[in-house]
Amino acid sequence: MSIGANTVLRGVALSVFLMLAACARDTVTLLPGADGGSSGTVAVLSEDGESIALINEPYQVGSVRGDAVSTRTASAEEVETNYGDLIRTLPAEPAIYVLYFEEGTTNLMQRSAPEMKKLLADVAERPGAEVQVTGHTDAVGKAADNDILSLQRAARVRDLLIGMGVPPGDVISVGRGERALLIETEDEVEEPRNRRVEVTVR
Amino acid sequence: MSCLRALFFLILLPALSIATIGTAFADIGRVKSASGAASIERNGETIAAEPGLALHESDTLVTGNDGKLGVTFVDNSRFSAGPNSRIELSHFRFNATTLEGQFDTRLQKGSVAIISGQIAKKTPDAMKVRTPSSILGVRGTEFVVEANQ
Repeated sequence: MSIGANTVLRGVALSVFLMLAACARDTVTLLPGADGGSSGTVAVLSEDGESIALINEPYQVGSVRGDAVSTRTASAEEVETNYGDLIRTLPAEPAIYVLYFEEGTTNLMQRSAPEMKKLLADVAERPGAEVQVTGHTDAVGKAADNDILSLQRAARVRDLLIGMGVPPGDVISVGRGERALLIETEDEVEEPRNRRVEVTVR
Repeated sequence: MSCLRALFFLILLPALSIATIGTAFADIGRVKSASGAASIERNGETIAAEPGLALHESDTLVTGNDGKLGVTFVDNSRFSAGPNSRIELSHFRFNATTLEGQFDTRLQKGSVAIISGQIAKKTPDAMKVRTPSSILGVRGTEFVVEANQ
């Protein structure tokens, strides 16, 4: 008899658990962008990757349970109350410093010296800082050769930063070749402003 | 000859495997801030979170009642984890030259704020967040996800 009651109780507990699980809703809240407008879009997807609903307005909240999505718009105050602390815990935005070089060399141009100084101060200030050096070329030459040249340029700046006291384990170098021209040009056009190294401090 | 072959299997092959493992465990990001009960679970071990700690694919960010975590990733994505959260960094691939990649996160419980980075910017839905009852595709944005309200 007591075993029977126990089994019933377990059955009830399991049903309650399953009902709770079925009722569970996950929410996604879109934050405004820097200009106060939409920061972009989050799509609610089905298991096979089809878009079921789009969350794309500032403070729009999507409540999702499987394929069922309901949306509403929250107030800025509500989002601050619920998530203000969480949002303020987001790490600072990575900063990008652009350094220029004398043509055909890896010698830093004189006018880039103050930028280098700011960069080093930023590295010292950020907790757990890491530095990514990204080399770029102009559109002169083969794309594959420019990949190599851009990486060489980045590696040289990496050495420079290490020489200035940045720990080697905190600096990586990357080459993007001619994929990201700062000044858009036709292929094979010389452009000094495209021969640059961007240093991202995260 | 058989001696050389034995040498290869005994010494060179393990050395090669170690080299491969070394690259597979590349850093995907770093802890930038941690307070309260905050740790990283890696291969069943718990590592105390502190600024500068490197993150690997498959790590889980874990916070307790009073815990908070701020992390950045190599594609410039940024996360913060709220209290009582478990966030698994299930899958992370990123090519810094082409900016192509894939970033899958699983919010098992709690809350996470996300500012997406280069992976989501380059390829819509290449960054996904799974929650207990949804799959979210990220198309370059800032948002908060909370599980099981």
